Amino acid sequence: MLPKIIDHLAPAASVKTSRRAFLVASAAAAGAFVIGFGAGPARAAGGAAAAPAQPVPFDAYLKIGADGKVTILSSQFDMGQGSYHGLATLVNEELGASWDQIAVEGATGDLKLYGNIVWGGAVQGTGGSSSITTSFDRYRKAGAAARMMLAAAAAKDWGVPAAEISVTDGRLMHPSGKSAGFGGMAAKAALLPVPKDVPLKDPKDWTQIGNAKLRRYDSKAKTDGTHPFTIDVKLPGMLTAVMIHPPRFGGTVKSFDGSKAKAMKGVVDVVATPRGVAVVGEHMWAALAARDAVRVTWDETKAETRGSAAILAEYEKRAADKPQATARNDGDAAKAMAGAAKTVEAIFRFPYLAHAAMEPLNAVARMNGDGTLELWAGHQLPGLYQAIAAGIAGIKPEQVALHIMKTGGGFGRRGTPDGDIVAEAVMVAKAIGYKAPVKVQWTRENDMRGGRYRPAYVHRLKAGFDAAGKLVAWDHHIVGQSIVAGTPFQGLIQNGIDQTSVEGASNLPYAVPNLHVGLTSTEVGVPPLWWRAVGSTHTAYATEVFLDQVAASAGADPLAFRLALLEHHPRHAAVLKLAAEKAGWGKPLAKGRFLGLAVHESFHTFVAHVAEVSVSGGEVKVHRVVAAVDCGTVVNPNVVKAQIEGGTGFGLGAILAEELTLGADGMVEQGNYDSYTPLRLSAMPDMEVHIVASDAPPTGVGEPGVPSIGPAVASAVARATGKWITTLPLTRGMQS
Amino acid sequence: MPKLNINGVDHQVDAPDDMPLLWAIRDLVGLTGTKFGCGQALCGACTVHLDGQPARSCQTFVGDLKGVKVTTIEGAQGKVAETIRQVWTDMDVPQCGYCQSGQVMAAVALLAETPKPTDDDIDAALDGNLCRCATYHRIRAGIHEAARRLEA
Ligand code: FES
Ligand code: FES
Repeated sequence: MLPKIIDHLAPAASVKTSRRAFLVASAAAAGAFVIGFGAGPARAAGGAAAAPAQPVPFDAYLKIGADGKVTILSSQFDMGQGSYHGLATLVNEELGASWDQIAVEGATGDLKLYGNIVWGGAVQGTGGSSSITTSFDRYRKAGAAARMMLAAAAAKDWGVPAAEISVTDGRLMHPSGKSAGFGGMAAKAALLPVPKDVPLKDPKDWTQIGNAKLRRYDSKAKTDGTHPFTIDVKLPGMLTAVMIHPPRFGGTVKSFDGSKAKAMKGVVDVVATPRGVAVVGEHMWAALAARDAVRVTWDETKAETRGSAAILAEYEKRAADKPQATARNDGDAAKAMAGAAKTVEAIFRFPYLAHAAMEPLNAVARMNGDGTLELWAGHQLPGLYQAIAAGIAGIKPEQVALHIMKTGGGFGRRGTPDGDIVAEAVMVAKAIGYKAPVKVQWTRENDMRGGRYRPAYVHRLKAGFDAAGKLVAWDHHIVGQSIVAGTPFQGLIQNGIDQTSVEGASNLPYAVPNLHVGLTSTEVGVPPLWWRAVGSTHTAYATEVFLDQVAASAGADPLAFRLALLEHHPRHAAVLKLAAEKAGWGKPLAKGRFLGLAVHESFHTFVAHVAEVSVSGGEVKVHRVVAAVDCGTVVNPNVVKAQIEGGTGFGLGAILAEELTLGADGMVEQGNYDSYTPLRLSAMPDMEVHIVASDAPPTGVGEPGVPSIGPAVASAVARATGKWITTLPLTRGMQS
Repeated sequence: MPKLNINGVDHQVDAPDDMPLLWAIRDLVGLTGTKFGCGQALCGACTVHLDGQPARSCQTFVGDLKGVKVTTIEGAQGKVAETIRQVWTDMDVPQCGYCQSGQVMAAVALLAETPKPTDDDIDAALDGNLCRCATYHRIRAGIHEAARRLEA
């Protein structure tokens, strides 16, 4: 049975639930030390500790080698957002190692140890910007327990009380002058009982958490080409496969002729899999050069043949109908709207978006002689992938070993409910009879046309003012594909509402007494997926741009109008005020420059953006962006800033010019970065990020930088042109 | 068999003339710092230097490199390269890091030619280097900082 995720991507309403889950599972994690410690190879019962050849696993979360090297075992996947560094910071705050001793590896296995607490603990995975939240107590306690045990070992050795031993920069020290590194004590420490009570530092004594000077431990290898990605995995005898996928979603291989390709130099095999035809070569170019020589006939009886224009036109029609399900219903929006003195309406159209991470999807599979299967890839949902891979190979999940690679971006693309590239690598390995390890490496075109997009959506919004000019009614209808329907994540759909479709809209923070948010989920054969910030990638734009339009119709200042409606949402108001103040809201600007702003909460983190733009000849230029973020307790200020900067660039690129379209024949029209156009350097605005000081529980920053930049830019464009862009991307919306 | 001079070392590679340099470097020579992102000279992840000039190795072919000195990220040395690497780590420029071999190679070539680049110079030199993590703000600041340190 595949695990079901509950309470994933929870909207603001469930902050309390998440918090409770957090505490309960922390207790479980504390108990789990015992399990982890007990499993160590150096734990021979009563035996004297021989120096272990293997590093000693202090617990499930870190191991310390005889050379003093501390390897942190991360439950959370790192696709560039810095989760490894975040977890290392949590451990090291309590452990006191020197940063150059520290390394981090991905780990998988026992859900009690690695299950994502924010998701209820029932599954291991990374998403919903939850890595720091799920790890905050868990990894600090791991660091503290390891330090206590190292100190206890040294105390025994030196015949001094453990309380007199201090730890700094990877050294255990006693006032008598005795000192030792971690390496010498590791084996002895591992034999000691695990402390039951692991006190954590008082936040006022933190030196690592919140330290703005701390830099990522893993940057250097990313500047000299030594950081290993999946594309760099090389195994003895390994082959490389390139794929030919069906040209339309839902197609399958009917027949193929690979004879010409097979005769080409360096080509080892051409095989069919349930996901397409694989050309397997001695290396990438051998396979790639032969790919065009393969002829494939497709069975397209079940394929999606509609184009995206037709899909969006249908959504627009359905947006005028009654929604299938209600996500939120305060007061009586229909009645209030009918009695309104003035109404404002808008329809927003959002295209499909590709993740287009820089490392095209890849995975390596090797079947070993003992029947175990090893898989190297960006295993964002490890337990699920293990089960899927085992199913394909006909072995048990515990026979599947995952090597968790850090990936060249991800943005959601490495977390697929069907295992996707990981499944494909197993299929290809199986199709060649497991005769050699095989790396399946997608080309950019495979990646762009391989599906799993941020779905297209249409939003219909209507607002009503009463005779006194008060905003009294808000009606919002969202039409689009459910990301989770028919997947192991189906449990996220409750009462017909896929939370990932409405998050950011159903928790609208503005005080409107009569408010209705409805959803119509559509059935389309284009495979959808979470895309950095998920539902908020469209709900933030629709709600904030519409609110701006509503404010303008009342002749109100967009900042003042929002603040008046945010009385009960102080964290929204605070980031908005901070960003506005730092950006000089209300102050005179250079000629031809206009400011716009927006605020949004996603994954319990609050972000506001103010954008300064100019528009000339229909071209939008964003000159400067000021962002403010409240993510509770800040673990790494510099990483928070980097993620908000990067999220801003990612979100800006999308609203300016990104669009994935299917032609009238149902085939994806974009293939590479010439037709699908992420932000480039010259379009990146000057940027500042301000962090709100907070001692609230920590929340994530990988995604929350994305949602509010789009509406902030649109709001500035409206001030420049008098026109609200309701069709994205802007390059399209400016013309319509 | 074509001969390639990579980072000062000659390699005989068993490759057809039309094999992209990128795949020869990665799969035949075994240097994996140079990355594949698009294969069409659209992203810059595969940037190397040919006789000191930045070039996209995915659209450079093995048969055209007689007498040409190829430098990859592994071979990028000297004051400019080391300063850029130091600035990159001091400022935490990389996120996932996948594009950064190409960014560093492009930045080294820029600063070697233009020691005090303007924002426009930086745009012109690096607009072809995509970073999907959008580390652009820090790349720009990093190049200015490296220029400052090199001048000092
Ligand atoms: S891989 Fe060569 S420019 Fe993209
Ligand atoms: S750092 Fe990830 S693509 Fe540039």
